Amino acid sequence: MVTVRIPTPLRTLTAGEEQVQAEGSTVRAVLETLEKNHPGIRDRLLDEKGVRRFVNIYVGDEDIRFLDGLDTALKSGDEISIVPAIAGGN
Amino acid sequence: MTARLFRSRRLGSIIDAVGNTPLLRLERVGRSAPSVEIYVKLEFANPGGSVKDRPALRMMTDAIADGRLTPDKILIDSTSGNTGVAYSLIGAALGYRIQLVMPKNVTKARKDITKAFGTELIFSDPMEGSDGAIRLVRKIVDENPDKYFYPDQYSNPSNPLAHYHGTGVEILDALGDRITHFVTGLGTSGTMMGTTRRLHEHTRQVHCVAAEPAEALHGLEGLKHMGSSIVPPIYDASLPDEIMPISTEDGWDMSDRVAELEGLHVGHSSGANIAAAVKIAERLHREQGGGCVVTVACDRGDRYFAPLKWERKYVW
Repeated sequence: MVTVRIPTPLRTLTAGEEQVQAEGSTVRAVLETLEKNHPGIRDRLLDEKGVRRFVNIYVGDEDIRFLDGLDTALKSGDEISIVPAIAGGN
Repeated sequence: MTARLFRSRRLGSIIDAVGNTPLLRLERVGRSAPSVEIYVKLEFANPGGSVKDRPALRMMTDAIADGRLTPDKILIDSTSGNTGVAYSLIGAALGYRIQLVMPKNVTKARKDITKAFGTELIFSDPMEGSDGAIRLVRKIVDENPDKYFYPDQYSNPSNPLAHYHGTGVEILDALGDRITHFVTGLGTSGTMMGTTRRLHEHTRQVHCVAAEPAEALHGLEGLKHMGSSIVPPIYDASLPDEIMPISTEDGWDMSDRVAELEGLHVGHSSGANIAAAVKIAERLHREQGGGCVVTVACDRGDRYFAPLKWERKYVW
């Protein structure tokens, strides 16, 4: 079980929850679980090529682009953060 | 020396360089709509490097004129972006003290640009994002209301007025009756509101389009997805003739395209604006066989590149 931190613009999909728990041994598997529990969230984060360019996914403090991408292995208790490239506003 | 009708501009203050930006015809990115002219207003030609010089200057001069901003007060606002650079530059030029509240995790470049003008920075909790910075600035002002002037660009009518009296007038001055369409993205909505109000007063109809990020989670810095954001009090939803969603990918790709095709290196919100202008131009070409679309380049792309500090050692 890992914890996923949800950014404000996506909380409409998680009934306002700032973080949710999900099962999965890789980031890809966790995102599949998220999609089952919160339909629509996958397309916000991924396209046919993988993680969308303006979306950053971190495991702990590490961007998964510098780990094994969507195949990055997870262990129980890991924290995943979804962070847009910017926060909006000016 | 050759005789000319006009002298080069000679300015008494850097703030006189705000506005009167050039309008550039884009020749190549709109090749898919050859019957339609596309123009972009080069707001990065403002001295602070962005469109935000206009509202910042107007918010400050209006407040100085009616006594809300006096030399003993500190101008404080929450911004880590272009508005902060504009306040800092104008504050330095006019001799006002500026304090900016920003989340502690904003890039070092952002901190350095504003500090270069003598601006003081106050950091808010990085976990609370830009909303945390807004809450902190309100708390600081509430504790000492007489000490501060808090412009709040999201609710300040001087913001759209800067575009009503500036951007809109300048576009009509440059193009007159040729303009058929105007499009720009929504951030504070100041550019859209003010320019549209002026263009709607023109004798010929100008169709004004508000571009907005297609999704709540997006990467178009400076733009707001209204459906999922705190709607700025200056935003009047009845004003735009049309709302056009633009995806982050389209905006980012257009930034790259205009750099390669037009020699125009702009930020992602400008990319989104130009992408929207090209979409409108393609529709006009298809349906009407002509038209003239105007949009805005808010800032230069290099504002989002990391270093912006004098280098210690020069190697030529």
